[in-house]
Amino acid sequence: MSATGLTKDQLEEAARVALADLGAKKAAGEKIGPRERMAIPPQVMPTQDPIERGHTVAEVALGYGEAQARLEAERCLSCKNEPCVDGCPVRVPIRRFITEIQKGDFKAAVDVIKETNLLPSVCGRVCPQEKQCQATCTVGKGLKDVDKAVAIGRLERYVADWERENGKVTPPEVKPATGKKVAVIGCGPAGITVAADVAREGHEVAIFEAFHKPGGVMVYGIPEFRLPKAIVQAEVDILKKMGVQIHTNYLVGRTRTVRELLEEDGFDAAFVGVGAGLPKFLGVPGESLVGVFSANEYLTRANLMKAYDAERAATPIYRAKKVAVIGGGNVAMDAARMALRLGSQEVHIIYRRTREEMPARAEEVEHAIEEGIIFDYLRNPNRILGDDKGRVIGMEVQKFELGEPDASGRRSPVAIKGSEFVFDCDSVIVALGNESNPLLVKTTQGLVVDKKGRIVVGEDQKTSLDSVYAGGDIVLGAATVILAMGEGRRAADAINKLLAES
Amino acid sequence: MNKILEKKLLSADVYEMTVEAPLIARARKAGQFVIVQIDTDWGERIPLTIADADETKGTITIVFQAVGATTHRLAEKQVGEYVENILGPLGNPTHVEKVGTVVCVGGGIGVAPLHPIAKAMKAAGNKVIIIIGARTKDLVIFEDRMRRIADELIVVTDDGSYGRKALVTEPLKEFCSADPKPQLAIAIGPPIMMKFCAEATRPFAVPTVVSLNTIMIDGTGMCGGCRVTVDGQVKFVCVDGPEFDGHKVDFDNMMTRLRAYKAVEDEAHHICHMGLGLDPHQPPAGAATPAGGKK
Repeated sequence: MSATGLTKDQLEEAARVALADLGAKKAAGEKIGPRERMAIPPQVMPTQDPIERGHTVAEVALGYGEAQARLEAERCLSCKNEPCVDGCPVRVPIRRFITEIQKGDFKAAVDVIKETNLLPSVCGRVCPQEKQCQATCTVGKGLKDVDKAVAIGRLERYVADWERENGKVTPPEVKPATGKKVAVIGCGPAGITVAADVAREGHEVAIFEAFHKPGGVMVYGIPEFRLPKAIVQAEVDILKKMGVQIHTNYLVGRTRTVRELLEEDGFDAAFVGVGAGLPKFLGVPGESLVGVFSANEYLTRANLMKAYDAERAATPIYRAKKVAVIGGGNVAMDAARMALRLGSQEVHIIYRRTREEMPARAEEVEHAIEEGIIFDYLRNPNRILGDDKGRVIGMEVQKFELGEPDASGRRSPVAIKGSEFVFDCDSVIVALGNESNPLLVKTTQGLVVDKKGRIVVGEDQKTSLDSVYAGGDIVLGAATVILAMGEGRRAADAINKLLAES
Repeated sequence: MNKILEKKLLSADVYEMTVEAPLIARARKAGQFVIVQIDTDWGERIPLTIADADETKGTITIVFQAVGATTHRLAEKQVGEYVENILGPLGNPTHVEKVGTVVCVGGGIGVAPLHPIAKAMKAAGNKVIIIIGARTKDLVIFEDRMRRIADELIVVTDDGSYGRKALVTEPLKEFCSADPKPQLAIAIGPPIMMKFCAEATRPFAVPTVVSLNTIMIDGTGMCGGCRVTVDGQVKFVCVDGPEFDGHKVDFDNMMTRLRAYKAVEDEAHHICHMGLGLDPHQPPAGAATPAGGKK
């Protein structure tokens, strides 16, 4: 199934025909120019049936087949100025990797991506491409629709999956041991990137992860139906093959401090990638009622603790009939779609602005709508209502209209007086982002943070402490996997430089 | 992987376990806790307080009551077997200083987490008065260990089967009305007990520290499940606590939140409670009892 109602096989068959046709034209010596390329229909992502998938956590987007991938790659105009690369936070050589797909050399394609992006199977799935590489794509601009840009993310996913599924993954080459040791604190996207890049130079790397499993937000936050955990595990296994040690159940700041790692345990440098922290709440009455959760908690129970499998998992999750999710980002979409999969009959996204301003990835919003999530725009709760047992029974909701653009450039919502109404629901999931995690900072003397508690770093990701670098959400606030990886990459460069000089 | 080295049954369903955890044993301080998960794939993460630790042997001692699925499973583990994951030490250590006289009140298995705190308070030069409370004689734990620390020790039971027949608040009030009154009270036990201890000391303006044990997943400040209301503000037990000013904690809300998964638990595990003489609607007893979830 897909948004077009066609199955993966049907889409693949159609692509095969079109690709053969294109091949015949090429063989006949016909020139395939920009006009012809732009006429190739954008390849639709096959997905699970929206009704069926509401009952399973299996991945929604099924991925292109070979013909779809090759045909989509033919849509690329190989622009000399590579506007797509400018849109990518880690500057993946997009034109080059797509050219390799056109040639049918998928291994070469994925190797090109891995020159700058260690986790293509993850980024192909979770990057907000329509705001990055695909936003600047010439094809999309020419067709006056960003949704018709070359599907760079899907192609990235295709070659990365192809490599893994065909057993072609080759761990990066590791240089001879230097005898230098680097501590990586937090095993999320930033930490994994740093670990790989630093290990490649022959330095000994130990990752310290607080949870019982590595992967950070990729295992506790992003649901299985969007990013299968086996993929994250495969990426982590590569690190292990490179000789990186991963210590789980190790909370730096408590189990050991940063200072102890550097001064007593013999680490020459440390990278802090501890990720998001305390969830933000609305600050309205009723938030301590039973049935109100941060999206962090709800998703961690469902993802990392596997509460979706009530038979086997020991961790319970609150089963509600009607759920309200507050927020408009990816995390809100994830929580809403997870609630549906956990058996909720009606799930609403309550968002203060409109779809235009919603920060969530376009594909996630589309999938949520397909699955039957109800979007209530220009609404925000004034308070959460409970019964005499302290359980959620509803919210008092305020209606809004859009006013002037605010500092972020988004039109800010203005409350409509007297528009309050009662919205019945038995659970409220708050997905409004996070404050910085205070723990490591509190236990690390001399580490300078900004007003919001985010670690302050220079261009090379170095913190106020010598030999200590930081990146990812603890520096950026709530951001994306790819931005965290970009920071990790810069930090690793700086650490490698530091260690080469010392 | 943390090997179980010793296991003792302290009372009807209260177990003491000593497990290998060298890094935690080295880093932990009085008042801190750990998160335990029996198995990585399907286990639940539950907070348990550290009752004791031996840095040279690299071990920590946990005390827990088998009240739900996870704690029952933990109780079934034998010496030589392993607990797959233990994270810690978590939470802020107790602020220990010489203040004069400290009254330490422990209810049920709350006596276990109180033990290292009382020990630290004594070592800091305080006069330490300890009140141990339990429903009945069989549920009194750590009496000998506490006696070794205490300048004065009082045991009370609800039914009078051992020690004085009273609630812990009675001797606590008596100490507070004495002259000189104590400089500090520390109460650890079931939330309802801590609530009434705080009410008992309030008229005497004796500062009262309580140690909260709430629903928790990561224990590192990420999930927000452990939030409590203190002085009208939302606080997170894992990073702001576990100790708070007892006079400012909203215990009623905390108790409501502890029952969040009651329906799920009762449905899935009502058999666990049968025949144990436990009131399944009683909130988990004491700071050393895991809170929330199926336990």
